[in-house]
Amino acid sequence: MPVITIDGQRLEVPAGKTIIEAAYENGLQIPHFCWHPALSVAGNCRMCLVEVGFPKRRSDGSPELDERGEPVIAYLPKLQIACATPVADGMVVRTKSPRAVAAQEAVMEFLLINHPLDCPICDEAGQCKLQEYAFRYSRGFSRFDEEKVHKPKRVVWGPNVIFDGERCILCSRCIRFANEVARQPVLTFVERNDHVTIELAPGAEFDNPYSMNVIELCPVGALTSRDFRFRARVWEMSFTDSICPGCARGCNIKIGVRNNEILRLEPRRNLHVNGYWMCDEGRLTQYGFVNTNRVEGALLRTGGTEQGLSWDAAYEEIARALRRYKPNEIMLIGSGRSTNEDLWALAKFARTVLKTPNLDFPRREDPYFEDELLRCRDRNPNTTGALEIGIRPAPGAVTLAQLPEKVRYGQIRLIYVVEEDVAGLSPALARALEEAEMVIVHASNHTETARRAHILLATTTYAELEGTYTNIQRRVQLLRPAVATAERERYQGLQMSRWDKFGAWNDRWTHGPRRRCRQTWQHLQAIARLLGSSWNWRKSEDVFRELSAELPAFAGMTYELLEVYQGIVLGKGRNPDPVPPMRYESHVLKP
Amino acid sequence: MNITENTEAQRLSFWERLYLPEIVRGLSITLRQMFKPKFTRQYPEERWEPLGSYRGRPVLVLDEDGERCVACGLCSRVCPALAIEVQAGETEREKERYPVKFEINMLRCIYCGFCEEVCPEEAIVMSKDYELVFEEREAAILDKEQLLVPIAQLQDRLEFLRRYK
Repeated sequence: MPVITIDGQRLEVPAGKTIIEAAYENGLQIPHFCWHPALSVAGNCRMCLVEVGFPKRRSDGSPELDERGEPVIAYLPKLQIACATPVADGMVVRTKSPRAVAAQEAVMEFLLINHPLDCPICDEAGQCKLQEYAFRYSRGFSRFDEEKVHKPKRVVWGPNVIFDGERCILCSRCIRFANEVARQPVLTFVERNDHVTIELAPGAEFDNPYSMNVIELCPVGALTSRDFRFRARVWEMSFTDSICPGCARGCNIKIGVRNNEILRLEPRRNLHVNGYWMCDEGRLTQYGFVNTNRVEGALLRTGGTEQGLSWDAAYEEIARALRRYKPNEIMLIGSGRSTNEDLWALAKFARTVLKTPNLDFPRREDPYFEDELLRCRDRNPNTTGALEIGIRPAPGAVTLAQLPEKVRYGQIRLIYVVEEDVAGLSPALARALEEAEMVIVHASNHTETARRAHILLATTTYAELEGTYTNIQRRVQLLRPAVATAERERYQGLQMSRWDKFGAWNDRWTHGPRRRCRQTWQHLQAIARLLGSSWNWRKSEDVFRELSAELPAFAGMTYELLEVYQGIVLGKGRNPDPVPPMRYESHVLKP
Repeated sequence: MNITENTEAQRLSFWERLYLPEIVRGLSITLRQMFKPKFTRQYPEERWEPLGSYRGRPVLVLDEDGERCVACGLCSRVCPALAIEVQAGETEREKERYPVKFEINMLRCIYCGFCEEVCPEEAIVMSKDYELVFEEREAAILDKEQLLVPIAQLQDRLEFLRRYK
């Protein structure tokens, strides 16, 4: 493999890599705007200019040495762009030499000539590459005092993306994304010189299912989200790593929360699963239900009256109801949206506490949602986990399809629904819930199913719990709580915003409403204890530890490993796939 | 050191120990002050007008085309006491955004003036208002309507900022 030297650091790099790839895979930084690891190389921003040289050789081929015995380096007369220069054996790269620094400062000055510097009203401020580089690589003042060029502002590109031509630095990332990843080639540069701007093809709309990825991709604030626009500044939000529950792909996401309310979701790099992207559908539809229409506490409905209960009273009530029926008169319905932990608790509850064989969960399939990039036909984030854990009817037991009939003939009298909106799935099941003598529901939102419950327990949504999902590639991935509930705090740390770190409990704008809800395994454990079991889990991790000890597919997995390896494929707990090297991302420094 | 060496009786001179001459001296100082000009202000009736450099209650500037604030949130970010909350919204005006909500918790405010210093629009300034009394905690959280002050009333401060900021 070629050996190159970047800023005095010797690196062994596979042939064919470019200098910038070699640098980033080894934790060195070279400033860049247009280069992105997942897109083709355009080489038009000129920010990654570096000084490249090779050892000087004598006529006999031996390297020329200086008086200290070091090889003499002959630098090329012109600077090279690191993103398009492949490495070669013996290459020496300088990114901080006076010539390279002068080039970086010149490029920054050039880009800032027509950039409006409206950071205070720009949504990108705080995570803007241009802003960051202005601190690191620019001289900090401008010699330009003419009028800046005016270009179209607030151009609506599509249903989700809005374009500001003045902020654009013409890196062409969005154009390449549209052509190469989203495969909707409707963007192009128009005009010449300093009037260059990006335009949509006449009559076209930038409305592909992945269009919003250009918002993160854009190194400046030229492309902003119509959904999020101006809702918060970047530094006001706490970002928590999580998994999108929109489909079985399990795209890695960051949840942006301010005042205990989710304001946006954005993709998080995981080269095994979603690369750098996520779909617009996931981004736009998978947070609203966390913020609104929530069930709180426990509710008892008897003969048309509703009554709020304390947790303990509700558990007593449920335990009493469960004792009244024979095991095979009880049907348990799980959900492909529950975490592995909750499903494990449910499976254990069915097998060892209720001893009922009737346990099933509905599939949620949407062939129109599927595409070849990320979106899956299976809209449940954890179908694989549910099947692996054994959420399926025992041989000869009642399945979900048979349920309406069995309820009508009185063979199933109690239906226990855990985190699933079965009534919303089919009218037959909705009728079954109405006809059943007793319906117990765990729900996070007021769904059709929750409305038909006799006893209703509030559960957490994916954003409030700690747990794991198993995606369609059989990869187990970790979710951390992003929203605090009445009983569960979030993890404190550097990713928390200043308001979340230092706000007091009585500040209106730091502590939004905390909902009274619990994770499903907590409910099930409390009920199981009343029914004579001695379950003793104190946190989700305890449940996962038990699960990984008992199921061979999960063997060797721990939360810590899942976090380090960005998820582990089932059965590979003892030798997880290594994380591809790319050690340069922070919330501020995007690729 | 022996405590008995430094008693009050030992420190006082003979005349001081006589007591009465000292009383007379004190009374004479009081008497002299009574005939000198008074500095005390009859506060509620007689008000003090601070100079432009005075940092009183922070307020939002309201000029001819409405509020200047673009809800950038920098005041909120810089505030050492976490006193300010801003929620931005979109407008059709050229500046694109405006504050939907702008609240300052006066119980938290420490009158440091950082918000004024960081403001890119000169939209939040420290006023001369020093009379801040609240009967309940909720009332101490001032909203946008309470904070907006016409620019005519803030000329002294804006002049001061232009000159010395």
